[in-house]
Amino acid sequence: MPGKLKAKIVAGRHLPVMDRASDLTDAFVEVKFGNTTYKTDVYPKSLNPQWNSEWFKFEVDDEDLQDEPLQITVLDHDTYSANDAIGKVYIDIDPLLCSEAATVISGWLPIYDTIHGIRGEINVLVKVDLFNDLNRFRQSSCGVKFFCTTSIPRCYRAIMVHGFVEELVVNEDPEYQWIDRIRTPRASNEARQRLIFLMSGELQRKIGLKVLEMGGNAVVGYLQCFDLEGESGLVVRAIGTACTLEKISTLPSTATHQSNSSPSKDMKEPVFGEEVPGIPLSSGPPTPLRAQTFSSFSPSKSYSRQSSSSDTELSLTPKTGMGSGGSAGKEAGPLKALLRQQTQSALEQRGVSSSSEAFVRTGEYPFFTLTSFPSGFLLHVGGVVSARSVKLLDRIHNPALGNTRSYKLLDWNSFTADEPETRDAWWEEIRQEIKSHAKALGCHAVVGYSESTSICEEVCILSASGTAAILSSRFMQDGPLDTEHRFEEVVPPGCGFCHIPYDELNIPFPAQLTYCYSCRRSKVPDVLFTTIDLPADANITGKGCLIQARLCRTKKKAQGEGNATAISNLLPFLEYELHTQLMNKLKLRGMNALFGLRIQISVGETMLLGLASATGVYLTALPGPGGIQIAGKTPSDITYEQHISNMQKKINDTIAKNKDLYEINPPEVVEEIIGSPIPEPRQRSRLFRSQSESSDEVSELDLSHGKKDAFVLEIDDTDAVEDIHALLTDSPTPQGFYSCNTEIMPGIQNWTSAIQMFTSVRVFRLNNANLTNQGLNKIFSDLCENLLKSLYFKLRSMVPCCLCHLNFTVAIPEDELIQVAVTAVAMSFDKEQILENGKQSGEKTLTKAITENDEQLQFNLELNPESSHANPLSSPKGLSEVGSHPSARASSMEKASPLPEGRSRSLRSNRSYSGTSVAVVKMTPLSFIPGAKIIKYLGIINMFFIRETTSLREEGGVSGFLHSFIAEVFAMVRAHVAALGGNAVVSYSMKECVFMENPNKNQAQCLINVSGDAVIFVRESELEAASVQPQSTTHTSNGGEGT
Amino acid sequence: MSVELDVFVGNTTIMDKEVYQLWLNGYTVNDAVKVRIEGGVMEECEASADVLLSDTMDQYRTFQMCERLLHHPAKLANQLLFQIPPDRQAMLIERYYAFDDLFVREVLGKKLSKGTKKDLDDVSAKTGVSLKSCRRQFDNFKRVFKVVEELKGPLVENIRQHFLLPDQLARDYAAIVFFANNRFETGKKKLLYLTFQDFAFCAGQLINHWTLGAVDSMMEDMDVDLDKEFLQDLKDLKILITDKDLLDQHKSLVCTALRGKTSVFNEMEANFKNLSRGLVNIAAKLINAKDVRDFFIDLVEKFIEPCRSDKWTSIDMNLFLTHYTNSAHILDTFKHHAVWTRYMGVIKSCILRMYHD
Repeated sequence: MPGKLKAKIVAGRHLPVMDRASDLTDAFVEVKFGNTTYKTDVYPKSLNPQWNSEWFKFEVDDEDLQDEPLQITVLDHDTYSANDAIGKVYIDIDPLLCSEAATVISGWLPIYDTIHGIRGEINVLVKVDLFNDLNRFRQSSCGVKFFCTTSIPRCYRAIMVHGFVEELVVNEDPEYQWIDRIRTPRASNEARQRLIFLMSGELQRKIGLKVLEMGGNAVVGYLQCFDLEGESGLVVRAIGTACTLEKISTLPSTATHQSNSSPSKDMKEPVFGEEVPGIPLSSGPPTPLRAQTFSSFSPSKSYSRQSSSSDTELSLTPKTGMGSGGSAGKEAGPLKALLRQQTQSALEQRGVSSSSEAFVRTGEYPFFTLTSFPSGFLLHVGGVVSARSVKLLDRIHNPALGNTRSYKLLDWNSFTADEPETRDAWWEEIRQEIKSHAKALGCHAVVGYSESTSICEEVCILSASGTAAILSSRFMQDGPLDTEHRFEEVVPPGCGFCHIPYDELNIPFPAQLTYCYSCRRSKVPDVLFTTIDLPADANITGKGCLIQARLCRTKKKAQGEGNATAISNLLPFLEYELHTQLMNKLKLRGMNALFGLRIQISVGETMLLGLASATGVYLTALPGPGGIQIAGKTPSDITYEQHISNMQKKINDTIAKNKDLYEINPPEVVEEIIGSPIPEPRQRSRLFRSQSESSDEVSELDLSHGKKDAFVLEIDDTDAVEDIHALLTDSPTPQGFYSCNTEIMPGIQNWTSAIQMFTSVRVFRLNNANLTNQGLNKIFSDLCENLLKSLYFKLRSMVPCCLCHLNFTVAIPEDELIQVAVTAVAMSFDKEQILENGKQSGEKTLTKAITENDEQLQFNLELNPESSHANPLSSPKGLSEVGSHPSARASSMEKASPLPEGRSRSLRSNRSYSGTSVAVVKMTPLSFIPGAKIIKYLGIINMFFIRETTSLREEGGVSGFLHSFIAEVFAMVRAHVAALGGNAVVSYSMKECVFMENPNKNQAQCLINVSGDAVIFVRESELEAASVQPQSTTHTSNGGEGT
Repeated sequence: MSVELDVFVGNTTIMDKEVYQLWLNGYTVNDAVKVRIEGGVMEECEASADVLLSDTMDQYRTFQMCERLLHHPAKLANQLLFQIPPDRQAMLIERYYAFDDLFVREVLGKKLSKGTKKDLDDVSAKTGVSLKSCRRQFDNFKRVFKVVEELKGPLVENIRQHFLLPDQLARDYAAIVFFANNRFETGKKKLLYLTFQDFAFCAGQLINHWTLGAVDSMMEDMDVDLDKEFLQDLKDLKILITDKDLLDQHKSLVCTALRGKTSVFNEMEANFKNLSRGLVNIAAKLINAKDVRDFFIDLVEKFIEPCRSDKWTSIDMNLFLTHYTNSAHILDTFKHHAVWTRYMGVIKSCILRMYHD
């Protein structure tokens, strides 16, 4: 009995009228946790009841505390008939279980009903008294901190990064149970909401247990998803990166390790290299390699053999069960056992090495859900690795889920034993494949890793992607170790990550390598694709921009295996074309690298949608991209040639214009030796794999492969013409706008504190059933383009501004419907420095900026602690000037929080009841808030809501319905954050927005899942005012170390 | 092929002032888009008509969702659904409760009843204000009236507190409520030259000096009704015209004071008795509710028009009224100084305000 949960119901307000006769309500409240329920007294005849209840106490296991939400139901007392429910509030008490997070939940929370939406608010107080439990075999994992943020949270320092954690739980979907036929939609929705709440809680607890086992105390980059599989169930799965974090008070997290890390030697890499035999069946005994130079990575012959063998083998993977190689605690056949031995031997070797503690404990999968890293952590980036697999859901038969079972919440222990296994195995395959791809790129780790699914009827596409990388093992160590090793190989911060990790002579794909344009010491590829954020210390030229490839492919309606096969066959083409589009668009913008690449493939009855989003950037270290050359097939025709040369001219103009727009003027004008173009066919042969199994198909694409400088597009067929048109029709962003899908916009630093997070959803109906692929492409592309244009227009008052973290999600909710949802944040920046940045492109501009623009620099410094050390001189000076430039700060403050000024204006008459009760809560998909410092993480926000209506027209049609639902979700997130004592949500994301409508029946239903980290932030100005002294010392020392 | 659903929701609710105004003015979405296109917002932001349409629909939806909150502005500050910065909230409220002078002129002093509301289409046709907007404005009047009607304490302050309106707007609403409550006639042809602001000024004078709240602001009574006791006392002023001596004395005092100071002296002298009778008679009749309604028409007919036909200037008017008022105090047999001051103070400022073309 290690926990006591206490709840007090204070008051309600704005309740709906429940009694038509009196226009009032007789409200009371039920407070439920687990199987215990308490009730307040009825507060008669009021819409603003004051219950002021006693403290309701629940004595429960901490396991239950983690799994269960506190459920508060507000009802209207009715003497003669059943009491009517007004609505419910679910309170996740997880944040109260961690000593470093929130201590009390107190505030006005919206009362939510799945049919009516928000119906008034309730004021509650919730506390938890937790007793220490030293039981080693405990099932709870209280105290493990969870962060959605995909970097080390701002006020923590990573002591150790343990690695990948994953878990999934499965249950029957209440919506598909027999009882659903007789219960009301409200009851069904509530059962679903509650179930998902419970499953999330359980999932989090289980992940927490794994983290504790690994010796960590936190999960960073926690990504939880739902798969609504319909009849076959409901899956909640999560991945994350286990870490040991330590709270720091004022110090920027990167400062200290920085100095420690540089002299230490890297012992890990060779060892990781030996992990190559993850799928070594055909490649013979693992080749030990010397990591001093990568050139001796492995004998070329064996390497290429291995690579090719994996190609053919991948499709077989599921059958041979190779997916579980190296996994502990699972039954393994002889083959697997062998594999395990090999992997483990690698693990042991690593264990022996002196730096065993750090970073090596990555378990079976060296995956990291992080997308940005403390400097010095990320050594080299290989490229994007991804894997997809098509599965048939109807293959899962689970007797335990039969109709005979009466449905009971919290009772899934009896059948989970079987169900998750299937899905676990599926994901194992995928992860195994990712791992092998990473190895093929000479990398031992995968960063920026994520997993996703797309489900249509019984077909499910599982996808995973990440960036193959080599990470520093020394980062985490406490003292400088291993000093003799590769000292001079310490990677230059600005370009080191671009240096190829793989063996130059055995490139797993055709690529054009050159010496690094920054340091001239190592080789770099001509193009680099990654799923991570741009490293803070990377040298870039000009600014970045959002690049999207969009694709639509029709497919025949089919059932079961046939359908799965058809989809499997389409996938490689889809991926190839997406990739080609990305490459073309990248070149058209005169850039050479993509960050934050996210490819989403969505499946529908009659089509497949592919959307790839990334942020293009010109990496100074990489060679400049060549132009795009158009080649025609029939040179005899003069008009045709004319046409071609026109097009060529257009393309060249566009490239030139883009270079201008994004201020890409590389420092050196070294023309590259133009080599022979890489022939297309080779590309294709690599991409298109033979597929052997119908439903268990794995397709793979390496997006990192290089392309030749002179990029030839043959326009002998209509496809190519379309492609070029698509290229040229992408409209540029309007004046004053920039966009990216990464955390921060490459090339822009001086954010003001004005931010605006938003979600926009569009559904497009294709009325014309007989559309060609090209027609569909055009529609889909226009849909995305128009959406972007609308966003620019909406946010025009924030110019100059950048739309950051533009996250597109596509779905095919029904035949002939395409749904696109976007969540992003618009952030204003100061114009002046942008100009300066442009002038000295390619350089770190801070130094100059400092001398000219002290007051703006403060924002930079505080915003990006990572970048501050790059410019040691800046910090003390910038800080000391704080007081002297109050105007700039004041103006930006005003924009962001007009509260003080605005309030005094609007409330001149000193009324007590107005304005004060609702605190402003900022929301952002980024991990930081510009101009502010996050001083405390209060816990993870993970909420799932269902909204349904049977009066769609009355609620303003589908748009009105969804508009108010999204607004309600925002309101509930804000209210819960405020109740935790927070004033912002960072790393916010809307992970699910499933919308279904039936206009004929006047009905619609929508499910939304959102998550983020509740935080307390303090405006930099306030912070500085409070403590100028400690701040400046911090920065000084920081600067000293940096040099 | 069509966009089936299109929504945009910001954490801070985005509201375009211009679109808000179009919505308030009762434009349909399509008309609003036209106006915006003409306004040149498209060129400014490289947008297309589709984008504009989408944005306008979205904003309209937001406004519709906000409307029920705007009916109880105090709720706007306490609600959780929309995160709106306080200065924006104030803007929303202020504009929502703003009204067209043309429109208000039509309904001023009328009973805020269903019947009046039914006639709004005529008002709309006459004023050129769209019916939608007329209805909103009318409902605003009615809502404010309903809330304030039964409240104790100062009228303007009550309106300001309950509807979070800026000072000037609250005063205007006080005037509207006051007029509606007392049913002052404002629509007669002779009164048409008067603007709403003229009436609002007069209402302010009446509220500040002739209601019960004016005498004792701490009293529990309301500002919306005239002080009955005062109206009763006004009958005593009749002595100024019924007593021949008093009337002559009064006239000679005024004439003495004005001689040589005004160009219309002769006309004034000739007309004095008529004018004085007019003003005192208005005072004496105010005890009847019906005559209260005719207060403004009486002022115009009995006083303003005669003066105007004699071509008095406002300066003449001011001089006359000042001396007319003061001289009464010198009359030995006239005892009702307090009532006289209270009455004439308001009359003087009202007439001065109303004396224009």
